Amino acid sequence: MAVINEQGLQQIAEIIKQHQMLAGAMLPILHAIQNSVAFIPDNAMPLIAKALNVSRAEVHGVVSFYHHFRTEKPGNHVIEVCRGESCQAMGSRTLERAIKSKLAIDYHQTSSDQQYTLEPVYCLGNCACSPAIRIGDDIHGEVDPGKFEQILDALTTYSLELK
Amino acid sequence: MSRKIYLSLDTTARSRGTDLVAAQVEKKLKAQPELNGKLIRNGSRGMFWLEPLLEISTPKGRVAYGPVAASDVSAILNQQCFDDVIEHPLCLGFTEQLPWLKSQQRLTFARVGVIDPVDVEDYINHDGFVGLTNALAKTAQQLVDQVKESGLRGRGGAAFPTGIKWQTVLDEPEQQKYIVCNADEGDSGTFADRMLMEGDPFVLIEGMIIAGLSVGANQGYIYLRSEYPQAHHILKLAIKNAEKAGYLGQNIAGSQHHFALEVRLGAGAYICGEETSLLESLEGKRGLVRAKPPLPAIEGLFGQPTVVNNVISLASVPYILTHGGAKYRDYGMGRSRGTLPVQLAGNIAQGGLVELAFGISLNQLLQQYGNGTKSKRAMSSIQVGGPLGAYLPSEQWDTPLDYEAFSSIGAVLGHGGIVVFDDTVDMAAQARFAMEFCEVESCGKCTPCRIGAVRGVEVIDKLLAGNNSEAQRQDHLSLLHDLCDTMEFGSLCAMGGMTPFPVRSALKYFPDHFVTPPLNHEDQVND
Ligand SMILES: Cc1cc2nc3c(=O)[nH]c(=O)nc-3n(C[C@H](O)[C@H](O)[C@H](O)COP(=O)(O)O)c2cc1C
Ligand code: SF4
Ligand code: FES
Repeated sequence: MAVINEQGLQQIAEIIKQHQMLAGAMLPILHAIQNSVAFIPDNAMPLIAKALNVSRAEVHGVVSFYHHFRTEKPGNHVIEVCRGESCQAMGSRTLERAIKSKLAIDYHQTSSDQQYTLEPVYCLGNCACSPAIRIGDDIHGEVDPGKFEQILDALTTYSLELK
Repeated sequence: MSRKIYLSLDTTARSRGTDLVAAQVEKKLKAQPELNGKLIRNGSRGMFWLEPLLEISTPKGRVAYGPVAASDVSAILNQQCFDDVIEHPLCLGFTEQLPWLKSQQRLTFARVGVIDPVDVEDYINHDGFVGLTNALAKTAQQLVDQVKESGLRGRGGAAFPTGIKWQTVLDEPEQQKYIVCNADEGDSGTFADRMLMEGDPFVLIEGMIIAGLSVGANQGYIYLRSEYPQAHHILKLAIKNAEKAGYLGQNIAGSQHHFALEVRLGAGAYICGEETSLLESLEGKRGLVRAKPPLPAIEGLFGQPTVVNNVISLASVPYILTHGGAKYRDYGMGRSRGTLPVQLAGNIAQGGLVELAFGISLNQLLQQYGNGTKSKRAMSSIQVGGPLGAYLPSEQWDTPLDYEAFSSIGAVLGHGGIVVFDDTVDMAAQARFAMEFCEVESCGKCTPCRIGAVRGVEVIDKLLAGNNSEAQRQDHLSLLHDLCDTMEFGSLCAMGGMTPFPVRSALKYFPDHFVTPPLNHEDQVND
């Protein structure tokens, strides 16, 4: 499990302070941390436990229960591929094979250049235009291997522009 | 006054490119201020094959163009387009006259795709908050009676009568009570909750306030799945605007009543759609299913009496309080009253949202709205009601959309998702996936589900391995049937309890898909 540096921890302590008064604050805190540093660092868990007055094991238990939360730093782009039935009916099995082979990673893995992390997802509510994938907060529909390559090209061009 | 142009900000509409078209529209309006046009981003009408659907307001009604590409904008937007239908290859005529839309009974979805979803004034101009105003003049018992009279049953899947649930919470002594909206919409093939939250969040908010008045609750939570970033964004804006306008917080609509509302995000766990698991999750715990009793209505969120209702159930309440329970009850058949927002998905040419009174048959629905498969091949199997729903072969497509009719054939209507497969489907792969899904999403609390799903995948793999003698095949099959029985009867909740539905229906109606050599077996080996 990955940890974060002192500066990151301070940021996390601030996040915890902002949310800990909420009723049932655990998930809001975990979301806020992951939104800000991309994963739930191992050394953040004792802070959460203390703030919410629960054991560290309980924080671990919650983090591991939910597919959305990750304990390792992901690649720059998290690509979620829908495995739901509607997408299956439109060829998502072929699509997921093509994506895995294009990125040379399997689900729950990050490419060696730290660009991409691949995750399965079970329905994005885009079932009228299956198959669907999600990258960041963007949802793409009617994706086939060809369209996926275009989406990927656009992502790479965009990240180059930023540099 | 400026002249209005509409493009949707709905997730699926955006996935088809409405943002690009919107950027082009803005550019054109800036370059030609004399057009005096204003772009409004609204929900979607649910005709997704026509998205990006551009609508232009004229004195005669809205005119629709679709599917529009950014490069079409310039030719469409001119002085004439604001007066009437124009000659253009993408012009579809008046939106409200399109047969696909006109023939629907949009009670709950009346405003979706029509209004600006985060504009309180627009909502009020379209009969918004009339139900709430009426509700404020009634006693809690009168409100619950209206909902009972409507015959409304929960749209989340279990179809429990909403009025009876509310009565239980109302009957609990005065104390902190909660209204929880189940916006986890985990079923594949469904997107009605998402469309409603993105297209008309105020109707959900209004429904939740009325629920609060009905049972004596002053705090509400919307538990939204994290897979819906756009709905999250819109809900937060809508709540802020409703607070500013005095419809949430202290003294709602100038009354003595208070109601606060918050959105909370789930974290990618299908089981958290099950109401007790959802409550655990809201409390900040692992989403382990609770044994019932106690019912959430008596000991729910933080141990307090809690109404848990699906988005569509709650969003149907303002109609009931506006027009009366009896009016809502007039729609439907048998014990399924009112309307069901059906979602057409999978391999279908015209995927989208069809809200209709209960009673139409699956066949009629597909003929009238679906326009065949996208692949142009024959339809072969239809899964209704999400991943725990049965696969229906063509001989069952004359079943009317009615909770009892579906349960009489071992199927479920669930949340109204209809996923069409063409004749290339491998039903053995679908059965295997049902078990695999249960393995991934089981909360792990009870053995039949947690272990059963793993064994289910194994035995299906053995069955399909291709080197079985007939005796071995029969052994695997009977093991699979036994496993289904154990899961159905031994599981604590419907996750393990209903996973056998898709599996058994595949075995029963598509037996030739389970013989070796399989049709498309390499499909699942790598999963
Ligand atoms: C495994 C499982 C998943 C469920 N998922 C959902 C869901 O995503 N959305 C929903 O509204 N109900 C879901 N339900 C049903 C809820 O448990 C509950 O019946 C519903 O929220 C009650 O609201 P209603 O009466 O308005 O339908 C699920 C049930 C089970 C067993
Ligand atoms: S049936 Fe499955 S999901 Fe439901 S309580 Fe048991 S283990 Fe959990
Ligand atoms: S099943 Fe893939 S988006 Fe719904």
